[in-house]
Amino acid sequence: MSILTEDRSDDPVRSLLTKFDLTDMQSGVWLVLLAVMVLGWILVGPDFVSGGNMTNMMVRAVPLGIVAMGQTLVILGGSLDLSVAYLISVVTVLSASVMDGDPNNIPLAIAVALAVGVGVGLVNGLLVTKGRANPLIVTLGTGLVMKGLLSSRFAAQTGSAPREFQILGYGRIGGWLPLSVLLLLAVFMIAWWMTRSTRFGYHLYSVGGSKEIARLSGVRDDRVIIGAHVWCSVTAAITGIFLVARLGAGSPWVGPEGVYDLESIAAVVVGGTALLGGRGGVPGTLAGVLLLAVLDNMFNALQVDGFLKSVLRGVIIIAAVASYALRSKRKDVDIA
Amino acid sequence: MNGTASEAQVDPEPTTLLRLEGISKSFRDVEVLRDIDLDCPPGEVHAIVGENGAGKSTLVKIIAGAHQPDRGSLTLDGEHLSFHHPRQAQAAGVSIIYQEFNLLTDRTVAQNIFLGREPTKGPLIESRKLEEDTVALLEQLNVSGSISPRAKISDLSVAKQQIVEIAKALSFESRILIMDEPTASLAPPEVEALFDIVEQLRQRGMLIFYVSHRLHEIFTLADRVTVLKDGDQVTTTGIDSLTPDSIVRLMVGRELSDYFPEGADQDQIGDVRLRVHGGSNHLVSDIDLEVRAGEIVGLAGLEGSGRTEVAEAIFGVEPFEAGTLELDGESVSIRRPRQAIDHRIGFVTEDRKSQGLILPLSVLSNSMLPLYTLSRRERREREEVHEVPEGSSLTMQLADRVDLRAASLDQEVRFLSGGNQQKVVFAKWLASDSSILLFDEPTRGIDVGAKAGIHDLMRGLANRGAAVLMISSELPEVIGMSDRIVVMSHGRVAGELPSGASEADIMLLATGQSHGRGGDVLHPVGDEEGSSTETGGDEPTTVSDDTEDDYREHGSEGVSR
Amino acid sequence: MSDTTPQTGDRQVQRQRPAPSRRDRFGGYALEHLKASAPILAVLIVILVSIIFLNPAFLDPPVFLAFLRRTAPLIILALGQLFVIVSGGFDLSVGSLITVTVVVAAAVSAGDPDALIPVMALLLVIGLLVGLINGLIVTQLKVPSIITTLGMLLILRGAVFYWAGGSPTGALADNFRQFGREAFDLPLIGQLPYAVIVVVLVALIATRLLHHTTFGHQLLATGGGARAAVMTGVNIARIRVFAFVLSALSAVIAGILLGGFAGVSAQVGQGYEFQAISAVVLGGAAIGGGRGSAVATVVGALTLEALFMLLNLLGLPQPLRETVQGLILIGAVVYAGLRLQRAG
Repeated sequence: MSILTEDRSDDPVRSLLTKFDLTDMQSGVWLVLLAVMVLGWILVGPDFVSGGNMTNMMVRAVPLGIVAMGQTLVILGGSLDLSVAYLISVVTVLSASVMDGDPNNIPLAIAVALAVGVGVGLVNGLLVTKGRANPLIVTLGTGLVMKGLLSSRFAAQTGSAPREFQILGYGRIGGWLPLSVLLLLAVFMIAWWMTRSTRFGYHLYSVGGSKEIARLSGVRDDRVIIGAHVWCSVTAAITGIFLVARLGAGSPWVGPEGVYDLESIAAVVVGGTALLGGRGGVPGTLAGVLLLAVLDNMFNALQVDGFLKSVLRGVIIIAAVASYALRSKRKDVDIA
Repeated sequence: MNGTASEAQVDPEPTTLLRLEGISKSFRDVEVLRDIDLDCPPGEVHAIVGENGAGKSTLVKIIAGAHQPDRGSLTLDGEHLSFHHPRQAQAAGVSIIYQEFNLLTDRTVAQNIFLGREPTKGPLIESRKLEEDTVALLEQLNVSGSISPRAKISDLSVAKQQIVEIAKALSFESRILIMDEPTASLAPPEVEALFDIVEQLRQRGMLIFYVSHRLHEIFTLADRVTVLKDGDQVTTTGIDSLTPDSIVRLMVGRELSDYFPEGADQDQIGDVRLRVHGGSNHLVSDIDLEVRAGEIVGLAGLEGSGRTEVAEAIFGVEPFEAGTLELDGESVSIRRPRQAIDHRIGFVTEDRKSQGLILPLSVLSNSMLPLYTLSRRERREREEVHEVPEGSSLTMQLADRVDLRAASLDQEVRFLSGGNQQKVVFAKWLASDSSILLFDEPTRGIDVGAKAGIHDLMRGLANRGAAVLMISSELPEVIGMSDRIVVMSHGRVAGELPSGASEADIMLLATGQSHGRGGDVLHPVGDEEGSSTETGGDEPTTVSDDTEDDYREHGSEGVSR
Repeated sequence: MSDTTPQTGDRQVQRQRPAPSRRDRFGGYALEHLKASAPILAVLIVILVSIIFLNPAFLDPPVFLAFLRRTAPLIILALGQLFVIVSGGFDLSVGSLITVTVVVAAAVSAGDPDALIPVMALLLVIGLLVGLINGLIVTQLKVPSIITTLGMLLILRGAVFYWAGGSPTGALADNFRQFGREAFDLPLIGQLPYAVIVVVLVALIATRLLHHTTFGHQLLATGGGARAAVMTGVNIARIRVFAFVLSALSAVIAGILLGGFAGVSAQVGQGYEFQAISAVVLGGAAIGGGRGSAVATVVGALTLEALFMLLNLLGLPQPLRETVQGLILIGAVVYAGLRLQRAG
């Protein structure tokens, strides 16, 4: 489509962002996050932005944040993963069982968790690419498969995490910096680095942008998408491991309870990544996750009824995506 | 080599970079190219001209590896090559820039240029090298100051995007660059800049194929010209031995057979049904057009001249922003196709697969669709008039009327041949009693046998009182079918011709040469400011005489293929 | 893809009139529906036969009808979802809407039988509004349907419990519950559940709407080729909104039935949307629009429930039925995807 686009490369803000190679920062969302923090300060009081509260909010954002990083990759490539919630449950149950209270089992438990993540990711990826299956439905399917297997064998909390492991969930460095937040930041940095600096990341964006153009340039789109699914499931596995550290045991309901599937998608789109792929990025998702956490915290502090929170969450998600959609001015937007 | 015109070259080049011998190509029994021979040296700008459908696009796609010839050989630098995929051509040094760029809009210049070939150290992208390499390429084109490697494609103007595409070609160390209608969306200063680049590339020894119908550009840039007509190579010769006039005559000029249905008598033509006065939007300007009941008005012009845009404006797809539209003498405002249909206007679009038909639906469903979108009252009124109930009986009647050949009315239209698909589109508009019909390339992609049937249908419709506007790039069809011919060029009406006009008459108007209206190659029709040049007095010819209005046409006349 | 695709020698061959539409022949419509549902019908028959083999009591009307009654809400919900999927989207909010239906009905009527008509009216209005809002957000604000209905899911869930004060209150009147629970006493068959009558009615209406009205035609056109549909005068925005309204209304009806035999609970609708989508996929609808059959969807829903029953009879532990559902879903969508690819 040769639209006679106006040249925006002279726009000062964009030039600045371009200069520092930060155009994928999704600065808009971060500004909104800042605004919401200010709003919180005004409505709730200075305690809202206190160090203690901030770290609190970040800790609460960790599990969703980790898996949202993976979901970002999948969505960037033009796919979707609805199986993460049950995968998280599976991982908590498996790794807690393997650990069984014995710190010597920790490495094995982690290995098992990651292996399961890779395996599920491969299955999802293959079904979507070679099986030409609609990602929404097919990951729904793999999620259900896991759900069934889970509830047929586990009805209650299982296994136990040794005290040493729970440090991951509760430990703090220097008395204030939670290990969990470090974990999130580490995952974030890795994901960001992957999208910005690796060939995989470059190709992921191009496949999401236009599969045809990517293929024409020799990009192996199938491999890229499979890779994205694998990474997404791995982040789900990491979330599972983390939750074991928090809960001290494995739980079959933790995945669906946290609504990690739909919430991770919500965080990704609120953060500005287009549902169709090719546009957006990991920093936006981080901001999206934090935004949701901050809003949650603010609502709690304002004693907003739990159910009303749900309503507001829904409205915010729709409003965020609507604002991106309206700004993008694309004529024929796919509604699915 | 067969008997093509001799190559009149002043300095015989001993080296041949690209040789084509006997290149021929057919698509499903229709010969699109016949025995094309070319012998091109490096450092040449070789223009390829011809009407729409002459085979220009196919020829360059064969060179670029997007199509494979049925016969003939391609030799690059002495080596016999056969491309099965554009990437192979690219690797061999052939790059092509299409009218619709192959760029990822959300990625940067550097990322686009080196897509799939990024410099890496293991899994890591060497971004500094990526950027340096990109800057080096941009520097070769003298644009490193105005285009940053980090700029997002969506932030760049079309002209700059095009330069990115050129840089991409350079990055492949292409020896051959093909440009397909490159100036369609450019403003005059941008066209200038492009010409500078082309000249630069030529001096570096690149062979450049320049497909364009803007003859004045060709006379500035090209060394040699190949004229194609109906798949034949009419001539390949130095530009100096030609004039715009002679090129036009080479492009057209056929024996007109008498297989067209007879035109309308004067008394068969009724009142003005459709009148456009001063119609303008961002794609076309100042359109004055009239169509009467019983007549077929042919709308001729080159690709990108704005014909489809006029039809789309009348039909409400991209409405006019200024001027008036009158139906049966009453001024109307049509802002959506729905309204056009309510006014009984039908539009047989250029691209029947994506705009004319719903492929997974049946013949029956497709035919009845516009009828179903009318209100119940209107449908009942229609039924009272016609006595044939809507649905399968009506469809069957229409199928007979258009001579549709299909296994059954339930057959999904995607299984029908092109000609029959087109007939379903006709049937569709007949079902809703359209009496003002807009046809855009009604017989494109349909073989001779079926074409005649469509022509008969069209004339039959006109004879029953319909007002027909027919857009066509096939000059014989325009001349054979039209009671009057309107020619468009550069988004405006260039002139009107009576029914007996010659192909040359039409083409001269279409290419902006005005035969006897005071224009010439230097001053295409539409230039109201006289012959002021924009680039100093050094150059004997200049190309930027187009006025403000002329370059407002953005060359997006449908999806051409 | 070249445009020059002629038919060879058309003029020479004597023209054969196209066969008339199946619809003109007696029983033609039925044949058309049969053809569309053939694959999934085959599967259903195999499963039913297996059930009967394992449990001949299934042939007894009470047992068979109880099965139909159980499946009724899913069938209705799937039919609603079909309209949205055919137009090219998804409706993830229907599960929550079911919950809303039940909770609102219980809270407003508080068990009072006289409240039946007003409550039903209220529920239908709620359904209408939800569908309208979903549709408007998707068509006017251009938010993808997945996100829109996901947001609506959260909104509904939160709103209804906020309004009800935390947990379901009140109770459902008996006359409200009759639709889901009660039955006619009929001479030969015994008890014919009201729910079965409702679902048959809904199925007939849905079939008629989708396949025999201009709306249905326009809906299929919208999904099958939006651009061409617009050029033919279809108001695709209005059509899509209508599809969402139908989906929402189907959720309300399904909710009334579910409330009937399951009673009031906070989880009553949970996860139902995914079951509905599964049924539609099994019924062979093309995701991304243009092709779908109401009858095949009904068969798809029946197949799903029948499969669960079969697995029960085979002694498969309850939770594993979800695994099987997942596997079937995967199989169905891969099959659909590969078939679409082969068709080009």
